[in-house]
Amino acid sequence: MLDLLKPPVLSVQEFFVLSGRAIRNVARRPHYVDDIILQMDTIGVGSLPIVVLTGFFSGAVMALQLTKALMTYGAVGKTGELVAITLVREMGPVLTALMVAGRNSSGMASEIGSMKVTEQIDAMRALGTDPTQKLVTPRLIATAIVLPLLTIIADFLGLVGGFMIAYFLLKMTPAQYWNSAWQALEYSDLFQGLIKPFAFAFVIALVGCHYGMQTTGGTQGVGRSTTRAMVVASVWIFVLDFFITRFFVGV
Amino acid sequence: MAGPASSTALRFDHVTVRFDEVTALDDVSLEIFEGESCVILGAAASGKTVLLKTALGLIRPDAGRVYVFGREITRLPEDELQRIRARIGMVFQEGGLFDSLTVEENVAYPLRYQPGARYAPEEVRRRVEEALRFVELEHTLEKFPSELSGGMRRRVGIARAVVTEPDLLLYDSPTAGLDPITAYTIMALILKERDTRRATTVVVTQRYQDGVWLSDFRYNPSNGRLELAAGDGEVGGAATRFVVFREGRLAFQGSRAELEGCADPYVAKFARR
Repeated sequence: MLDLLKPPVLSVQEFFVLSGRAIRNVARRPHYVDDIILQMDTIGVGSLPIVVLTGFFSGAVMALQLTKALMTYGAVGKTGELVAITLVREMGPVLTALMVAGRNSSGMASEIGSMKVTEQIDAMRALGTDPTQKLVTPRLIATAIVLPLLTIIADFLGLVGGFMIAYFLLKMTPAQYWNSAWQALEYSDLFQGLIKPFAFAFVIALVGCHYGMQTTGGTQGVGRSTTRAMVVASVWIFVLDFFITRFFVGV
Repeated sequence: MAGPASSTALRFDHVTVRFDEVTALDDVSLEIFEGESCVILGAAASGKTVLLKTALGLIRPDAGRVYVFGREITRLPEDELQRIRARIGMVFQEGGLFDSLTVEENVAYPLRYQPGARYAPEEVRRRVEEALRFVELEHTLEKFPSELSGGMRRRVGIARAVVTEPDLLLYDSPTAGLDPITAYTIMALILKERDTRRATTVVVTQRYQDGVWLSDFRYNPSNGRLELAAGDGEVGGAATRFVVFREGRLAFQGSRAELEGCADPYVAKFARR
């Protein structure tokens, strides 16, 4: 029984050690600015197409689904309001984070994992650089900057998607839709909608890098860590989302 | 050979390294003097690579002490270790090159990132070109490691290790999996580096032939070839020491003549040409 529990407990410990180091390194020199910019490009610009598409269609789908329910109350006019609130508070941050986790947690795990199994991580240390500082911290900083921005883009495109449905199918006027959407949002919604991606960024970057660094067993091991990183990051995004929401929505 | 001015470059004092249930190094004591060459022989998974990584402080021993240039590194924090690692060049088994960087950036890496290294870009460029000329790969600056053959990757690995002119060079199986001609090229480079700069050289290998090159031959700068050195096993005043590992333990330590005369069947297997 103890032998069964040992690996996961050790893994969790390793995860927190790595996270601690990566976060401490944020304030420490040397800063690898080139690596941060490169990562912002791969994570941010690279994820833009899927974030744009998922954002747009999730907004449109939500508008469609909500219309059905709103019709029974004769409150189709509130479509903008509902789309805005669900998107900004929940769907935007979570869907964007899931997309980026699928793309980048797995990407980081496979990249760092291959470096691990080909002794590049050892070489990095042997040549005088700290792999946490050179690989993990830039990815963490880049994700923490880029994910909130991606979420804003997804939120906006979701609203546009909802608007398309409202305008073309429900025959609402633009003013009707955008006014109700705009007025529905409070500062706390925006805050909640931005603190979430910021927190998810830590999950995405640290889980991805952790599984990369833990990789053993050649190319096969790289495949294993890649899958694990993506699955674990996605699950933790949902768990963390629950707790952050619980904090904001006092019942 | 403990000459008058020689001090230890590397000293292992009853070092034990364990990974979970496996004991990779078992109570290993070993001294390598400055200017000396050391050939470490042993079957696969006998702890040779672990020994090199422990010497660099990449692996921390579970028991015992490791000294590099007389300084104990066993419990040094990582940033102190970095300063000592700057004096050591390591060539990894497959070269250990960074895939995402070009050959030029790979070789420039220690010059750019090693703590305390402050070189002007022109100086970096000059030294990188010099190191690549040393391994005769000056035409590959812009290439990526994936575009190179196995032997070339190792040569770039050597260039990256020697570019900082370290006092101690560690080679992890530099000739493993190479054809005899490429293996000769690599060994010639190792001897060239040793005999032009008198760096302490530790070579881990499975082939006895590599040890013979190190102990009996020297690099002739006038024609760029290896030639038989005069004297028995002494090159430029420093002896070549042979070490044989078996399952994490030292099975043998001594000169080439002693190795060839050793009665232990495991050790004798390595001494056969």
